[in-house]
Amino acid sequence: MLSEMGNDSIQELFADIPEPVRLSRDLLLPPALSELELASYLRKLSQKNINLDDTSCFLGAGAYDHFIPSAVANLISRQEFYTAYTPYQPEISQGTLQAIFEFQSMICELTGMDIANASMYDGATALAEAVAMAVSQTGRNEVLIANTVHPESREVLKTYAHYKGIAVKEIGYHNGCIDLDALAAACSDQTAAVIVQSPNFFGIIEDLGQAAEVTHQHKALLIASVDPISLAILKSPGELGADIVVGDGQCLGNPISFGGPGLGFMATSKALMRKLPGRVVGQTTDVDGKRAFVLTLQTREQHIRRDKATSNICSNQALNALAATIYMTVLGKEGLKEVATLCLNKAHYLHDQLIQSGKFAPVFSAPFFKEFAVTSAGDTEALNDALLADQIIGGYALEKSYPELKNGWLLAVTEKRTRPEMDSLAEKAVNHYD
Amino acid sequence: MIKNEALIFEKSVPGRRTSLLPACDVPERDLGSMIPTEFLRAQPPELPEVSEVDAVRHFTALSKMNHGVDSGFYPLGSCTMKYNPKINEDVARYSGFSRIHPYQSEKTVQGALELLYQTDKMLAEITGMARVSLQPAAGAHGEMAGLMIIKAYHQHRGDTKRQKIVVPDSSHGTNPASAAVVGFDVIEVKSNEFGGVDIPSLKAVMSDEIAGLMLTNPSTLGLFEENIVEIAEIVHQAGGLLYYDGANMNAIMGKTRPGDMGFDVVHLNLHKTFSTPHGGGGPGSGPVGVTKELVPFLPGPVVERAVDKYVLDHNRPLSIGRVKSFYGNFGVVVKAFAYIRSLGAAGLREASETAVLNANYIRARLQDDYELPFGKTCMHEVVFSAQKQMKFGVSALDIAKRLIDFGYHPPTIYFPLIVKEALMIEPTETESKETLDEFIEAMLQIAREAETNPELLKSAPHDTIVKRLDEVKAVRKPVLRYAKEV
Repeated sequence: MLSEMGNDSIQELFADIPEPVRLSRDLLLPPALSELELASYLRKLSQKNINLDDTSCFLGAGAYDHFIPSAVANLISRQEFYTAYTPYQPEISQGTLQAIFEFQSMICELTGMDIANASMYDGATALAEAVAMAVSQTGRNEVLIANTVHPESREVLKTYAHYKGIAVKEIGYHNGCIDLDALAAACSDQTAAVIVQSPNFFGIIEDLGQAAEVTHQHKALLIASVDPISLAILKSPGELGADIVVGDGQCLGNPISFGGPGLGFMATSKALMRKLPGRVVGQTTDVDGKRAFVLTLQTREQHIRRDKATSNICSNQALNALAATIYMTVLGKEGLKEVATLCLNKAHYLHDQLIQSGKFAPVFSAPFFKEFAVTSAGDTEALNDALLADQIIGGYALEKSYPELKNGWLLAVTEKRTRPEMDSLAEKAVNHYD
Repeated sequence: MIKNEALIFEKSVPGRRTSLLPACDVPERDLGSMIPTEFLRAQPPELPEVSEVDAVRHFTALSKMNHGVDSGFYPLGSCTMKYNPKINEDVARYSGFSRIHPYQSEKTVQGALELLYQTDKMLAEITGMARVSLQPAAGAHGEMAGLMIIKAYHQHRGDTKRQKIVVPDSSHGTNPASAAVVGFDVIEVKSNEFGGVDIPSLKAVMSDEIAGLMLTNPSTLGLFEENIVEIAEIVHQAGGLLYYDGANMNAIMGKTRPGDMGFDVVHLNLHKTFSTPHGGGGPGSGPVGVTKELVPFLPGPVVERAVDKYVLDHNRPLSIGRVKSFYGNFGVVVKAFAYIRSLGAAGLREASETAVLNANYIRARLQDDYELPFGKTCMHEVVFSAQKQMKFGVSALDIAKRLIDFGYHPPTIYFPLIVKEALMIEPTETESKETLDEFIEAMLQIAREAETNPELLKSAPHDTIVKRLDEVKAVRKPVLRYAKEV
């Protein structure tokens, strides 16, 4: 090859790198491993972690151990999906494009909104991007966020907002729900958006309709962050008046994977279409009149609009969105409702078992979906340590994010948890205090 | 309207489903006794109702309408579509990696923390940085985090005047877009006749209002910035910082390092340089690395090594804060870690050398038939222009579409913006000489066809499931979701 190019050595090709900055040594990296050695080494490294297959997991707090049908991993492992890139050439990318179109359609169905994009990095960044949209749309520079929104989502929002010069004010809670009086008092004609999560971080279903009413009185936008599985049984945020709906879609067929990769989703009304960040797929026809799908409305995006783009997002979480699409297809209309109903029933069963023991008290009395908060006489970290000895991963210590909720314990119950597992948790947790 | 594969909604049959879940093993209560009825939905969302085999056939049919790296050559410039080793997919699925919760206690995830810490250290060595945060989810996200670090650094010094970021006119669109997201004003500098930063123009814009310069090196033209040492001096003397867009890192592993060139902040694309698959548009991973001075500003938490264990350090008062939930796209990081451990130092250097060799081989073999705007040795990608073919009315788009007929994914076209009718070809190191030769023959044939039969190119592609699309209609009358025909 070199001789055909008229070169003597590969080094010649690197002649443009100035001498002083050339690396004259080997990189200091561990020695290369063969595939056999690598597999064995990583197997051992992975076994230093306690994984959910070997335990009963009651930890949620934004990442959930839901059942994933076998078809999901099987189909997303098709190389045509996972080794392709962004579908810039629609003639040879109709598979990805149609799947995204189906994803957008399903997200619209769940959320009750007109349009959805092709995915965001996660629920937290989707929320931050929704705020940027609302600020751009309203020309106002202040947002109000319920402090019942996931603590990490609020952290991410604060990071984004700080650099954009957006003021973020937190609204406190009352009985585990956003304090609507405090919201009404804080909301003004300076408010670009109000952000409410439902079910919120405590697992409680917020009154989005009331939040929408307060928000719209001041012509601000309501951003709702939602659990997509809950929407199989809960009224859609669109119906309740939300203007932008975001959420984390990890629960839709994506492994928990130490918190990533999952996906975020975003849906909104037609009125906000041109403010939407990220990729959007639309339906059109080819020169022969055949139905086809294509990336569209691209003048919003960074590769066309550069510093005037609605967002800087380029790569998203396409394969995770595909997993979500396959998940929603395989479970289907009735299956997703069944998942939601199982979560709801089981979470209430465990809640009641713990409360009836007398060792745990409810922190709030508002209706919840698949997660709930209880409190006990002792330290939750010690309780979780004790449970771990019995291969149970206990709940989230609420005190970490809410210092006022001392000994608060947030438990998540998905459809995967069995009655014996819940009984075992209840028994061990109660024994811990005997 | 003729349809290819029907939408999954169009295959839906009321009541059809696959049973996947066990019966409820706790007492079932009425929904209304747990949730007030005003919160409950009257009808479930209209998701498809199909059997598992319907679903599997549907998505299998869709997959067949795609071209992936495993389908064939994918020389999409700037995207580094290298082969994705299969072992990486397997290891990321080990239950010890894929089935761990981000809030498990640190003592139960020591393997994951060790992997994050070691990846941080290895990427720091590869880039010449002090530390690397693995939190950003994609390249643009890494850019955003890196620019926040630059802003936080200046603000921490009380230097609040620096509100502008300089980018070359050849830069990726994400660069100015990320600068805008972070609240910077964007100043564009033009490129010189050799495709590098025009030094006089750069000097002219430097001032005490400039926070930094974002540079891709090799540039998006596939050329190494020969004046990098001088550029770094100019920016640093003016009090600015130098940002390295690592999209083209695949050209220089083990040959030079951004840190040695004078860069202060670096982002990498693990889905480009470090072989993790692109997934049809993601997930990626965009780690951001910094010099020692900037480490306190990294997004938190950061994994640290204590005497006998790894810990998550949340106590970082100068940190820009969190940019994503949890610890980034961990599953993607596992694959990149596996890649680096497979190749080692010599393997990474050889990967870059071969990537550069392959690009130059294509350059040498096609430069008589396609205009080469910058007639010099390139790095890992080569940018041609279709200006010669334009004389026959054939555009870069037509050439791209004709390549599809030969079984190739087209190169990146119309980027960088400063090259008219750009065709940006990045072969990567994982392609053989035979593959390159076949591609070159196709390109040569297309060059001949442009002269003799331009219509053949303008009507391409010919054998795909759909032909060229009406993209204007998609914008004018947006149809962005399925709606039941009534």
